Amino acid sequence: MIDLDRLCRAEWGHLLSSLIRAFGDFDVAEEALQEAFSAAVVDWAEAPPNNPVAWLYGTARHRAIDRIRHRARSQALLAQLAPFDERHLQSTEPDNAVPDERLRLIFTCCHPALATEARVALTLRTLGGLTTEEIAHAFLVPTATMAQRLVRAKAKIREAAIPYTIPEASDLPERLSAVMSVLYLIFNEGYAATHGRELLRRALSSEAIELVRLLRVLLQARLGSVPAEVDSLLALMLLHDARRETRVAANGELVLLEEQERNRWDRAEIAEGCALVHAALVRSRPGTYALEAAIAAVHAESASAEATDWAQIAGLYARLLELHPSPIVALNRAVAVAMAEGCEAGLVLIDSLEKALAGYHLWHAARADLLRRLGRRAEAVASYQRAHALSQNASESRFLARRLAELGAQPPVS
Amino acid sequence: MKYLLLIYEAEKRWEGGYNGPEIAEYGAFGKEFSAQILGGNALKPTSTATTVRVRDGKRLTTDGPFAETKEQLGGYYLVEAADLDEALNIAAKIPGARYGSIEVRPLMIFS
Repeated sequence: MIDLDRLCRAEWGHLLSSLIRAFGDFDVAEEALQEAFSAAVVDWAEAPPNNPVAWLYGTARHRAIDRIRHRARSQALLAQLAPFDERHLQSTEPDNAVPDERLRLIFTCCHPALATEARVALTLRTLGGLTTEEIAHAFLVPTATMAQRLVRAKAKIREAAIPYTIPEASDLPERLSAVMSVLYLIFNEGYAATHGRELLRRALSSEAIELVRLLRVLLQARLGSVPAEVDSLLALMLLHDARRETRVAANGELVLLEEQERNRWDRAEIAEGCALVHAALVRSRPGTYALEAAIAAVHAESASAEATDWAQIAGLYARLLELHPSPIVALNRAVAVAMAEGCEAGLVLIDSLEKALAGYHLWHAARADLLRRLGRRAEAVASYQRAHALSQNASESRFLARRLAELGAQPPVS
Repeated sequence: MKYLLLIYEAEKRWEGGYNGPEIAEYGAFGKEFSAQILGGNALKPTSTATTVRVRDGKRLTTDGPFAETKEQLGGYYLVEAADLDEALNIAAKIPGARYGSIEVRPLMIFS
């Protein structure tokens, strides 16, 4: 018995990319592939094929040809189509009959001429093989809204003639960075989400990790190498994902890095992530993903918060700040400096960021934490209260309320 | 003197398609001024638009039409390109892309 759901998840992107390449149309390809899977439900119950992938491809191809036969403008295209060798349908060879065009598909789905949310949805739908409904659930929007978003994205690809190609070498760095930011966005949506159903969130993070793995395989096959930043992105995701189980307590409260149960971190993910980032750092000048992954690696390899090499982390944040000046990065550096050099040094840096971050709850929380450690109770309470008032995340609010209780104070009445 | 006549209107009006008496009116307009019309085209709706800017040598590409009110239309090129990537590459080379924005819109083809 062939597990069709699993086969669909595993082969959807591969088959779809090849069909889009053959027929030059996202909708025709998607509809034809959907019909092929529907046909499989019926046909395979009686006679399962030797090569399911070739069967699906052959069937979808027939359906697509039927569809476009009715369109006058596609007649020329039909003539160009290479004939599909029907013998593949019953062959026992693996998927040789079906070319893999997923690298093209990634670049088209993550094209900068598409809106960011459209890129995310399209990537999950076409490459990840998630259903429109699953994506809608994960992003907490109605299915109809997500369906509309996908329809619009495909219409723009068609109407504006966004090409289905791997970008030229001169455009590759920019386009690859657009792809990476989409994948990281998907990961973060599943990891750092402030709301939503835990299981679907987890699925998004795993999906993002799988997609980066796929990107590496495809780039290796096509270009003969994988840029260090892509390896670093995978490392970063793995090192964060390794801590997933320990980030939120059973009662839903956020658990700070220093208080997480390190023996519950996923050692296999940490080992893989550390190996990747160490290799990437040796290979080339580190980019932002490499620096962020290096910071995560220092944490992951430390036995405890006290044993952490905070000076190294502060140094890595300083380099990140040069590459990507942002008050949030500066705040993280300030916290690391406080751990490395003392709370006073950290507080000076934090206070210098007031103008940029006065509306950001984590700035107040970080400041409160240093004041608490310095024994400046009244100021700490005021800052925790400000953080609590600004926080929109239930698990963070619970954490801040606990800190206030420890100081004998209450959250502000909102 | 040559003049560029720009047609601004609510594009929603055309969502149902481009047939109807108004198209015939456009045809009549074209005939009436055929001696003076040097060229003209309809554009696909703004949902097909992409905007390009170049700042510090880096290209910024965004989905959607040009939406600033502080900058004004200052000229245009009509180019033939194989696909959007080629059109964007040309657009990014226009000197004005370094100071303002270039909106890239595909033409409507009436068949």
